[in-house]
Amino acid sequence: MLHTVNKSPFESSSLKTCLSLARSGSDVLLIEDGVYGALAGSTHSPLVTEALEAVRVYALEPDLKARGLSGDRLIPGIEVVGYDGFVDLACTNDKIQNWL
Amino acid sequence: MSKAKKFMYINRHAPCGTVYAVEGLEVVLIGAAFEQDVCMAFVGDGVFQLKQDQDTADTGMKNFSPAYRALGDYEVNRLYVERESLEERGLTEDDLMPLTWEDEDDDWAEKPSIHIVDRAQLSDLIEEQDILLNF
Amino acid sequence: MKFSVMVNEGPYTHQASDSAYQFIRAALSAGHEIFRVFFYHDGVNNGTRLTTPPQDDRHIVNRWSELASEHDLDLVVCVAAAQRRGIVDPDEAKRNSKDGDNIAPGFRISGLGQLIEAGIESDRLLVFGD
Repeated sequence: MLHTVNKSPFESSSLKTCLSLARSGSDVLLIEDGVYGALAGSTHSPLVTEALEAVRVYALEPDLKARGLSGDRLIPGIEVVGYDGFVDLACTNDKIQNWL
Repeated sequence: MSKAKKFMYINRHAPCGTVYAVEGLEVVLIGAAFEQDVCMAFVGDGVFQLKQDQDTADTGMKNFSPAYRALGDYEVNRLYVERESLEERGLTEDDLMPLTWEDEDDDWAEKPSIHIVDRAQLSDLIEEQDILLNF
Repeated sequence: MKFSVMVNEGPYTHQASDSAYQFIRAALSAGHEIFRVFFYHDGVNNGTRLTTPPQDDRHIVNRWSELASEHDLDLVVCVAAAQRRGIVDPDEAKRNSKDGDNIAPGFRISGLGQLIEAGIESDRLLVFGD
């Protein structure tokens, strides 16, 4: 199952709710302000680092770039994908939960 | 006709501050006519949608909370409320509207629509769905 | 793969409409089909042709209209949400005695059943919103 999160973890509990309900083996894609959840060294990083043991976490490259975030600022283990990768994730997962 | 799909409407917004709850409810009521397998989940601030005694009179806004009572008549009778979300907000099941439906297969017995589920149960329920819509 | 997409926020205030547009473009260029794009909540504001952004900014509404014409997309604006927010097609204008309409080319106004149908008929339904 693919989960998307589009809110900063500093503003909303979406990321926390998503990670607490996503089953092991799920894909979690951070888009829009959700990409701030991919930042290493933030107060929310431990939550994501722990989640990486059970789920795959992706961050959308155009949204990272738009916010001045380069790959070396991200939590290790997070995979960066473009919109083509987003489409692929939406195909390979048989359902999608957008945490709005 | 192909097999019915499983629709879950996940409600995560409080009722009054934004339009998502009321317009979400409109989708559920319209969607009920399509004879799909429908349930609702209330997570996070979404649990406030079911709070008893909502009275919007002094805000000048329309009070749509009575519409939740109609869900049972539309055969939307599985409303899953996350226990942890209630507890985090200092609420119990007694704070929620007593929503029911009538089971025609059981001599129209009146049965509760609200089911309190824990996070792990809700996670399993989400995984069972085909279509997930958030409001 | 057959996709449908729901857009729940208006243009410019929220990135949702931009994200949906970019996703759909990527899906089309990968050879997938878009069954329908359904606009709900403030997302109906993506469908007014009166939008006039400054010239150095993207024209979100025209972009949708152009994509619809290039790929024969079905852009559906929810009627109930549209009436609340003043998005009107010629029929609605007549029915409600309005002095004009504002629906953009390529968009049509219809009911919420179109969203449910999109969920039933598509392989995947994605939602972009707040």
